[in-house]
Amino acid sequence: MNIPFPNLMPVAPEIIITVAASILLIFDLALRNKGPLAFLSLLAAGVTVYAIIQPASLGETFGGMFISDSYSVYFKLIFMVNLILTVLISLKYLQRQKAEYGEYYSLLLFATAGMMLMASAKDLIVLYLGLELMALSTYILAGIKRHDIKSNEAAMKYFLLGSFSSALLLYGISLLYGLTTTTDLYQIAAYLKQTGSSMPLLMSMTLIAVAFSFKIAAAPFHMWAPDVYEGAPTSVTAFMSVGPKAAGFAVIGRVFLMSAFQGMQADWTPILIGIAILTMAVGNIVALSQTNIKRMLAYSSIAHAGYALLGIIAGTEEGLHAMMTYLLIYAFMNIGAFAIVILLDKGDEIKDYEGLSKSRPLVAALMLVFMFSLTGIPPTAGFIGKFNIFMAAIKAGYTWLVVIAVIFSAISAYYYLRVVMNMYMKEMKQEAAIAPSPSLGLAILITVLMVFIIGIMPSVVIG
Amino acid sequence: MVPLSWYIGLSTVIFMIGVVGFLIRRNIIVMLMSIELMLNSVNISLVAFSHYLQDLRGQILVFFIITVAASETAIGLAILVALYKNKEAVHTNEITEMKG
Repeated sequence: MNIPFPNLMPVAPEIIITVAASILLIFDLALRNKGPLAFLSLLAAGVTVYAIIQPASLGETFGGMFISDSYSVYFKLIFMVNLILTVLISLKYLQRQKAEYGEYYSLLLFATAGMMLMASAKDLIVLYLGLELMALSTYILAGIKRHDIKSNEAAMKYFLLGSFSSALLLYGISLLYGLTTTTDLYQIAAYLKQTGSSMPLLMSMTLIAVAFSFKIAAAPFHMWAPDVYEGAPTSVTAFMSVGPKAAGFAVIGRVFLMSAFQGMQADWTPILIGIAILTMAVGNIVALSQTNIKRMLAYSSIAHAGYALLGIIAGTEEGLHAMMTYLLIYAFMNIGAFAIVILLDKGDEIKDYEGLSKSRPLVAALMLVFMFSLTGIPPTAGFIGKFNIFMAAIKAGYTWLVVIAVIFSAISAYYYLRVVMNMYMKEMKQEAAIAPSPSLGLAILITVLMVFIIGIMPSVVIG
Repeated sequence: MVPLSWYIGLSTVIFMIGVVGFLIRRNIIVMLMSIELMLNSVNISLVAFSHYLQDLRGQILVFFIITVAASETAIGLAILVALYKNKEAVHTNEITEMKG
């Protein structure tokens, strides 16, 4: 039997990043100081970005199980932004936390490879493998401070709920396979167009929707997020709050809008609307009572998942684009906010930010920019993201849903601006200590510039 | 020959045992075993579908699931060992550093 050798160009980015992750593991054995590993992973990310934007990399391979199209390319660039910024903010932070293990960078790369596979999956098998590669790496990352009880607990909670959700996903996949005799997403769509919906099909769709709601931390499947975000090292929290979420959205967009469940839009739209409203409500209202900044940002990230879901619910090309743009903008502003949390070498309580503008005016101003952007105030990028997604939903006829989203968005101003109020209007209790480093500075510079560039010239990310 | 519906029934029952076990038991080891039950029930249904549909994809997926389940358990137990070293607890009721 003659088996043709698969075309490797479309998978080149994944191959590069996996090889780089393996090389990092070997270098880790030889190096006492782990700094060079960070630079190697940045180099690998740079080469991968180059491979992603090659026009030759578009296409299908591995018998149609893997697809590289403009949709997956956009998501892969989000994952690369996430990876590069996370490496930059982790470099000195890990030393300070005495958690400088070489595996850290290798796991970051493996998790990113998993996300890229998810964005490119055209087959349920590849989708599942990508998901697990991402999830297993992030479980370990959450617990990388292994002598810290909070980090252990975060990893344990993330692991238990994560593997529970992937078991639900698998059951959904097995039902879908039994009904359609195939695991190819586009063939499933073609098959379902002929047969229409049935009870087992609805069950399988619900299970898959629930499994991905766990991944994007949408309510009522969000319970793990605050604990995991609080307990994990802050750099990992920044990574987790953007990467797996974006990967989950990539799969939801592909499976629900572009392929398998495309024809069942009338069935899944009410489910997703319920999840979106609940997510925005829980995220924004519970965030009001938080006193820990990482927990507050965790609930804020839950709320942002709710806004981004509106793009999927709209069900149009425009909605999908708005969702993708939103996630890119979210990557910059959220990692920026976490970079400031890392920069301040003190507790994670919001109280600790009192009077920051007196002792560290520049740091306070930067935090102000990120908080404004997360609220969605122009001229920051957050405004553009929210505006686009709300416009897309209105054009699709969901005006009432957008009204609800805007109300919750207004509520969110309270807890974001409370941080600003603490920094600018409260008396300073103690001099704030900061732990600056060139790489952290670079990350903050990139994020703050992008927040303004996108906010003033939205054309750089739209279209 | 055993009809397909028996296999699917068996797989559903085992899956439900896994789900209920995961939700009501508070011992992490038992929760891990419940997840394992859920994964293996999926394997049963996939192999049954694969046999009755005369299509190999289902069995290929089963091999991947078995491999991933093994690494998942390894990671889960590793996290549990790290947790146990810092705090001698395997019950979720005792692991409550963070709340809210």
